[in-house]
Amino acid sequence: MQTEDPKHVITMLVDNQPGVLSRVSGLFSGRGFNIDSLCVAETMDPQVSRITLVTRANALMVEQIEKQLNKLINIIKVRIMEKNRAVQREMALVCVRAKPENRAEILRIADIFRCKIIDAGLEHYILEVTGDAEKLTAILNLLKPIGIKKIARTGTVALFREPK
Amino acid sequence: MSPKVNETAEKQMTGAQILMAVLKEEGVDTIFGFPGGAVIDIYDELARTDIRHILVRHEQAAVHAADGYARASRKVGVCLVTSGPGATNTVTGIASAFMDSIPLVVITGQVPTHLIGNDAFQEVDIVGITRPCTKHNYLVKSIGDLARILREAFMIARSGRPGPVLVDIPKDLTQVQTVFSLQETVHLKSYNPTYRPNKRQLEKVVQLIQDARRPLIFAGGGVILSRASGELTELAHTCIMPVTNSLMGLGSFPGTDPLCLGMIGMHGTYTSNMATSACDLLLAVGVRFDDRVTGKTDAFASQAKIVHIDIDPTSIRKNVLVTVPLVGDCRITLKHLNELIRQGKPVDDLPEKRAEWLDQIAAWRQKGALNYDQTHIIKPQYVVEKLYELTRGQAIITTEVGQNQMWAAQYYRFDRPDHFMTSGGLGCMGYGLPAAIGAQMACPQKTVVDIAGDGSIQMNSQELATAVQYGLPVKIVILNNRYLGMVRQWQELFYDKRYACTDMAHAPDFVKLAEAYGAVGLRATTPAEVIPVLEAGLSSPNVAIMDFWIDREECVYPMVPAGAPITEMLLV
Ligand SMILES: Cc1ncc(C[n+]2csc(CCOP(=O)(O)OP(=O)(O)O)c2C)c(N)n1
Ligand SMILES: [Mg+2]
Repeated sequence: MQTEDPKHVITMLVDNQPGVLSRVSGLFSGRGFNIDSLCVAETMDPQVSRITLVTRANALMVEQIEKQLNKLINIIKVRIMEKNRAVQREMALVCVRAKPENRAEILRIADIFRCKIIDAGLEHYILEVTGDAEKLTAILNLLKPIGIKKIARTGTVALFREPK
Repeated sequence: MSPKVNETAEKQMTGAQILMAVLKEEGVDTIFGFPGGAVIDIYDELARTDIRHILVRHEQAAVHAADGYARASRKVGVCLVTSGPGATNTVTGIASAFMDSIPLVVITGQVPTHLIGNDAFQEVDIVGITRPCTKHNYLVKSIGDLARILREAFMIARSGRPGPVLVDIPKDLTQVQTVFSLQETVHLKSYNPTYRPNKRQLEKVVQLIQDARRPLIFAGGGVILSRASGELTELAHTCIMPVTNSLMGLGSFPGTDPLCLGMIGMHGTYTSNMATSACDLLLAVGVRFDDRVTGKTDAFASQAKIVHIDIDPTSIRKNVLVTVPLVGDCRITLKHLNELIRQGKPVDDLPEKRAEWLDQIAAWRQKGALNYDQTHIIKPQYVVEKLYELTRGQAIITTEVGQNQMWAAQYYRFDRPDHFMTSGGLGCMGYGLPAAIGAQMACPQKTVVDIAGDGSIQMNSQELATAVQYGLPVKIVILNNRYLGMVRQWQELFYDKRYACTDMAHAPDFVKLAEAYGAVGLRATTPAEVIPVLEAGLSSPNVAIMDFWIDREECVYPMVPAGAPITEMLLV
């Protein structure tokens, strides 16, 4: 099944127009490709947006995905990100249950992972975590036993590194 | 982008006038449509031009007719329909044109801009609905964008791999005015089809052709769309390579040429399917390896190196793996290939090299020729064969879908491109009559025949009115088995003859139906009547239905069960 296929990060520049996102997501759903995460925002050029999309697919499928995306008229450029040539980040806001006896532990974890506490209450902390997918998984695994009340993740964004 | 002010080239025009101006610019002289509230201003303007408008009786037929017109005229077909139901009725036609890569521009009216999103009367999100079945589509949001969008629509529809483009125009934009500038060039930074093939890849192909012992060309609709028949024929002849066709490719190589093996795939000829499995080089041109062609893909052309030429990169390595992918226009690519072969050193022992292969093919031909027995009941194959003879192979043939379509493909031999029109990818019943109307519009001098099934013809038979109204003397040959025959054939072969809901014995009297519309109706129930009925129908100056009561349980053979290797053919 698809879940065993490797992850690929695809980045694309698209016309910043209504409907473009549904062309992309429609292509994935219509052709049975999967979307793990998807981020869209304007670039420095207000006419152009960048979409970063994470999918799981085998080699032939990724080839087909790239070609199909290129075929969409509103897509200006598509690139598959190879991990060692790109930087990737994801951000999560994690609301953890913060009983008095757990507070020190939470702060210690936050410190190790260099996250910020951006909201605190009698019963909770909200942590801002940034990193690659593995780092996020690691911190979530540590926080889970303490009690995660809710979570919001951005999905991956990525850029190719410039030549040194 | 700074617009130059030019007194003669720029003036104030309404959206409806701008639409007419761009249609003229694009050389449109015929459109197919059906009016309604959202496009009433466009129609008002259209009536002041010399553009011919064919008033169909259902919007699906407008799109099929534009499809037939586009194929026969090699121009972009144009449709005009109203919002809501007018727009939704076009979807099937658009989907069919999309799968067959037919260039269309479909103009739909939309509710006024301020009502969009309000569930207004006759509002439907047609851009959302047709997104997956158009090459591209647009909702026009501002009058300033209208001319540019329309020009882009035509450019996109006809270039690269052609396809339908839909433009949705809100009613208020047809009424307001703006400045219109003539002939601005269209430029799309994100759309740039590859026409020219990679040189190095081409050289590899030349080598493969020269090394091959058992080469086979597999030619599809892309050869017809890119007008590459001449180049293809030259290549086949100089390199002595037999040719098989997909359904969409029929006519791209002369059907009567000794190197022509006929159609491939589920109902392909024995020779084509055997040759595909045995060849050591398959040169696939303008095809997309549909599952009806390949059967079980693992077993498909398993001994062959495959070269795949197509303008659409997504067609390549989608269904089958290939040795040499070649992205490019079929015609340009084959032209280069022919040049390289001409320049290279001639292979002088070529005929000897190919002799064994051609002998093998001749043996398959003998063993598995298409055949049938014309007994006391009319056989559909006989009707198509006689139609072929009486029209001397010169007619434009459209088809409906089902057995009728396959018999047309098998028994009418197409020597030229643009003479066989069928809903190949979508397999859409109801295509043939409106497509014939469109083709007849494009080619008034030609005989245009819809080879139909009794089921399919009922899906768009209202278009008889259109044909009669405009004096388009299309001929309809109904291979009447009083069944949804192709489905019945599957039920016979794979469902123990349980004919669930495929009996169509309750049908109109097609002779009377023709007469009700002011057309000629003829019927043949015995073999002896076949030729006289064909002669009378074909020579009539009027629209004519010829209703042939054929053997009800005749099947289409050969047949490869879905998903089986294509060598596993059920023969008669
Ligand atoms: C719009 C549509 N609906 C259903 C089908 C499925 N279908 C394929 S062939 C066929 C039978 C067509 O019957 P008829 O037109 O009489 O042709 P025959 O096979 O008998 O020649 C059907 C129902 C289809 N292709 N298109
Ligand atoms: Mg039938």
